[in-house]
Amino acid sequence: MTISRPIRTFASVAVLALLSLAFLLPFLWMLSASLRTQGDLLANPQTLWPEHITWDNYREVWQRIPFGRQFLNTVVYAGIITVVSVLLDSMAGYAFARFTFPGRGPLFVVVLVTLMLPIQVTLIPVFQLLNDLGWINTYQGLIVPRVADAFGIFFMRQFFLSLPRDLEDAGRIDGFSEFGIWRRIMMPLAWPAVLTLGLFNLLYNWNDLLWPLIVTTDENMRTLSAGLALFKGQHSAEYGLLMAGAILALLPMVAAFALVQRRFIEGIATTGLK
Amino acid sequence: MMSARTRRRRRSPIERRRALTALSFLAPALTVIAVFVLWPMANALRTSFTDARIIGGGDWIGTANYSRLLSDDRFTNALGNTAVYALVTTPVSVALALGAALLLNRAIPGRGFFRAVLFFPFVASLGIISIAWAFVLDPQVGIVNHWLAQLGLSIGDGVRDPDWAMPAVILVGIWRNTGFFMVMYLAGLQTIPREFQEAAAIDGAGAIRRFRNITWPLLANTTMFVAIIASIFSFQAFDQMYVMTAGGPFFSTETLVMLIFDTGFQDFDMGYASAMSWALVLIIMALSLGQMAYFRRRTVQY
Repeated sequence: MTISRPIRTFASVAVLALLSLAFLLPFLWMLSASLRTQGDLLANPQTLWPEHITWDNYREVWQRIPFGRQFLNTVVYAGIITVVSVLLDSMAGYAFARFTFPGRGPLFVVVLVTLMLPIQVTLIPVFQLLNDLGWINTYQGLIVPRVADAFGIFFMRQFFLSLPRDLEDAGRIDGFSEFGIWRRIMMPLAWPAVLTLGLFNLLYNWNDLLWPLIVTTDENMRTLSAGLALFKGQHSAEYGLLMAGAILALLPMVAAFALVQRRFIEGIATTGLK
Repeated sequence: MMSARTRRRRRSPIERRRALTALSFLAPALTVIAVFVLWPMANALRTSFTDARIIGGGDWIGTANYSRLLSDDRFTNALGNTAVYALVTTPVSVALALGAALLLNRAIPGRGFFRAVLFFPFVASLGIISIAWAFVLDPQVGIVNHWLAQLGLSIGDGVRDPDWAMPAVILVGIWRNTGFFMVMYLAGLQTIPREFQEAAAIDGAGAIRRFRNITWPLLANTTMFVAIIASIFSFQAFDQMYVMTAGGPFFSTETLVMLIFDTGFQDFDMGYASAMSWALVLIIMALSLGQMAYFRRRTVQY
């Protein structure tokens, strides 16, 4: 029994449309709450439509918490980690994929084991270490422990394994050093994978809540996620303000996603994570 | 014999140089991992045998923390909650992701839009968006309960109801990760040569048979990767519980990670929290290795 193609397509689109609505619901609510007055939201919570649109929340959020400062913190923190970790992870991934050296197998197993560790498990000793170093409430405390990670190394290794070996030999004949081969031949080919990993790292760190909660106690050193979550703890009823802050925090990530989106699935496919 | 040895000797300086090059590529990343992951892990192991209460110090108390775990109802409860959360979110989100990927791998109208929407939860901060979820699912003022009421349904007291709090955080967990896994599956589907499907179609295989006999087996590697990542994610779940329920009501959504966070950073009982951490590490490692062994037997090369 076969179902005709148009009917199947229509059914697929209908299912996806319903699913999309459910997926977008909290975002629509966020947007709506950010554009309403507190009174309107609490009086008519069962509709998504504001009585009238107000931009007050977007103006006020900058004054009520050090929003500008926390925005800057988040840019510095997530931005530096993303760039540096993609670099270090590709170097390490390249070495695991393309060199044979004593101890390669055991070292790679160690990397895979750390991939399985939940970050929360190391929180206490890492906190103690950062405290001993005097790195609590500092950028280096937020950033340095995060600039290399097992997932990225694994991801880039899978990508470099898929590249043909002839490329390296050609580079050697042209007189490149090993570092030159990596930088001038391999990395330019790795763009889809690099962009994909970069987006993952950016999203992960930009949005992370637990790590900045642990490493910072000073309001002026917090990132947006932590700052807004703690604001909620103190002023639980001010939803409009909170959601305006949340939308502003979300916009840069939407832009980043939109930029990378086209290369994204291709980037994962090229790593052969199949 | 002789010639092999001389050849080896002649090659070895080059080999040594390549090993050194490899090491210099690896050194930065591995140093970071050694200092900020491995060393703290070893430290946590040592601390787990002490009664350290605040930073530093602590006397050796042997395995007392571990025996305390076995008789601690709160730990057992958290372990159970973690298991329930993982056992529901992992299969449901992976199945949903696969379904969505299969639908969105074909040329249908709005494909790019749907892909972006399903991935969208992964773009937002889970901690922040959980605030919105808590409001949307609120029993008194939430829009979901309002809609359900018109259908004659109810979600009880929502996240304040011990029976409904866990389903709520599970829902948010599934919502969060499905798009991410879908993208992995879409990538996996791209690597399956089109000819396989076409050949089967010519042989008269229907859509269901083509999926069962071609797509599903050839996706085994993706499924392995996704399943392992999904279960690691579900053991690490923290943000939505922290924001929506704070582990409550009556500890009904307190997972192992929440309990570790509470014990370490609220009660400052570092020794005990470290013992919990190591218990969690052992569980996750056993599980991941089990999953890998299971899937390895089904791995397909093509």
